[in-house]
Amino acid sequence: MTLALFYIFAAVLIFAAFRVITAKNPVHAVLYLVLSFFNSAVLWMLIKAEFLAVSLIVIYVGAVMVLFLFVVMMLDINFEALRKSFWKFLPVAGTVAIIMLIEMVMILSHRAAQIDESRLLEPSFNTASAETLGMLIYTQYFLPFQLSAVLLLVGMIAAIALTLRKRKNTKYINPGEQVRVKRDDRLRIVKMASEPKDSASDAQSTDQPAA
Amino acid sequence: MTWTSLNAWVAAPEIFLLCATCAILLLDLFISDAKRHLTYVMTLATLAITFALVLMGHEPQARLAFNGLYLVDPIADFAKLAMIVGVALVLIYGRSYAMARGLFRGELFTLTLFSLLGMMVMASSVNFLALYVGLELMSLSVYALVALNRESFASTEAAMKYFVLGALASGMLLYGVSMLYGSTGSLDIFAVSHAIQTGQANNLLAVFAIVFIVTGLGFKFGAVPFHMWVPDVYQGAPTPITQLIASAPKAAVFVFSLRILAQALEGFAPDWRGMLMVLAVLSMGLGNITAISQTNIKRMLGYSTISHMGFVLLGLLVASPAGYSASFFYVVSYILMSAAAFGVVMLLSRQGFEADQIEDLKGLNQRSPWFAAMMLFTMFSMAGIPIFLGFFAKLAILKVVVDMGLVPLAVIAVVFSLIGAFYYLRIVKVMYFDDAVDQSPLIAGNDAKLVLSINCLLLLVLGFMPDGLMNLLSDAVSQSFTSLPY
Repeated sequence: MTLALFYIFAAVLIFAAFRVITAKNPVHAVLYLVLSFFNSAVLWMLIKAEFLAVSLIVIYVGAVMVLFLFVVMMLDINFEALRKSFWKFLPVAGTVAIIMLIEMVMILSHRAAQIDESRLLEPSFNTASAETLGMLIYTQYFLPFQLSAVLLLVGMIAAIALTLRKRKNTKYINPGEQVRVKRDDRLRIVKMASEPKDSASDAQSTDQPAA
Repeated sequence: MTWTSLNAWVAAPEIFLLCATCAILLLDLFISDAKRHLTYVMTLATLAITFALVLMGHEPQARLAFNGLYLVDPIADFAKLAMIVGVALVLIYGRSYAMARGLFRGELFTLTLFSLLGMMVMASSVNFLALYVGLELMSLSVYALVALNRESFASTEAAMKYFVLGALASGMLLYGVSMLYGSTGSLDIFAVSHAIQTGQANNLLAVFAIVFIVTGLGFKFGAVPFHMWVPDVYQGAPTPITQLIASAPKAAVFVFSLRILAQALEGFAPDWRGMLMVLAVLSMGLGNITAISQTNIKRMLGYSTISHMGFVLLGLLVASPAGYSASFFYVVSYILMSAAAFGVVMLLSRQGFEADQIEDLKGLNQRSPWFAAMMLFTMFSMAGIPIFLGFFAKLAILKVVVDMGLVPLAVIAVVFSLIGAFYYLRIVKVMYFDDAVDQSPLIAGNDAKLVLSINCLLLLVLGFMPDGLMNLLSDAVSQSFTSLPY
């Protein structure tokens, strides 16, 4: 049963991964990437690593890929133009791909990579790995966990402090404040000595003191 | 797992600092720009209470908290006191400077306090996880502070360089730590040390780990050849933030290195000593020689920091409690000296005018004889001229290096200090023998002037009697190394 499930999800995963690099529309490519992440999460679930599976979905699908979609939608990238240089980059890309393939074959054929079911880590005391991890984080590693929270807070403060701007030249007015305006806010009464009549004859009309 | 096994009371200063910072963060939202000095007062009060809590909790016996992840020992206590004083000096000297440039905002205070929290965690953690989180907390806050003046192109560039190189350094350090974990199977400082001493560690992997860790520490110290960020960041950052970078974090990085090199990797001392020796000689050489050709005083002080950190590394590489206490003494006196130097630079700046060229100090004696004398004290102290604090700091380092039998190293250090004396004395010459171009009076607040005067006079007074401070710090080091809780 598990084996059948594995092959089904693995097949979907490979299909989705293939579509990521062949899809013409970048938004489709990102959606296929989401699908492939989902399937790899299920594969992890099958080897009893449910915390890894859940965090893959929460972090990658929930946060990273949504951000990715936003970026893809906001940037106006001409993917057709990028695709034109495919043949130019093929030798370099092919070399890298072949090196990676050789490395993967070497690792997977090594003795340490031959995992059968008996070597899988059984969750201890009938508790899930998420629960064990939670216990550790909130007891043994309480200090780094709390400090990481502070670190995220600092990241948030820094992001706001560096990007938040007040728009200076808006013509927006607050009617409430306009109604509540008092005489003292608008009018300033200045006491000054009166000037001799002959020297100020031409400025008489404007220099009348208000009080 | 109970509250008693957490033993959180030991970390009372840090817990208080965190709570108070969060409270200031919230309260600041309701304070209008005109009343921003309230935030300033609250920040200084927080620093004062944290200082008092560290002092009250001080005991010669080292104590563990947070399930063995946190260690409060005398070294950590004194380093924390030095950091708190360093941060308070930044805020006091920088107040009018920040006000004149629109930097007097809530974030300036909260980010500074968060970086202090990071430094205190760096000084007290004995687990690589907590040490790393502390380092990142300090660095991230400082990156943001450097970029706080977002209209300035130079600040943004400095923040970018600092961020990229700092992230690279953290990555190096973390890579080294992961190798060390692979080699010894633990992230706990004492467990790592135990594994190395009982021969359970994979030695080849551990030596590789040391290379990466020393590289990361070199970046954080600003030691040559990992110093590229120092001059640009010092020049580009707003001057109070330059002062912050140049003072308190040095104590944090020093204790951080002490925990990693002297406590965890004690068994590999012959390996890391050689690396530190190269870093120290290069730092003293390049720092002092390059500083001569600088015309910008902030940049010059940046290169001077590099050379001073070379001296600190000299004390560390002796790898004995005597060497560590000499380095500790050097770090504490350097905090006082750099705070004073940047304090004077900010005193000369005013609205729309940045006194960051050496020429701006011309004829300071005619404008203000008192502050010219204060700058003279600072420069003499930095150059290591007798009866000033800096001389005794250098003397203590040279003494342990010679006792160790490394006479050539001591000779190199003295030669480079002599070269370095040139650019410190040039400042004195410019202040006393050149005519003032700029005749405007100094307009800083009286509080900054008073504290700056005390700071500079302290360089002279502690120079007359360095024994008290020296004994205090060397006792702290020896107590910390004899009373380990394991």
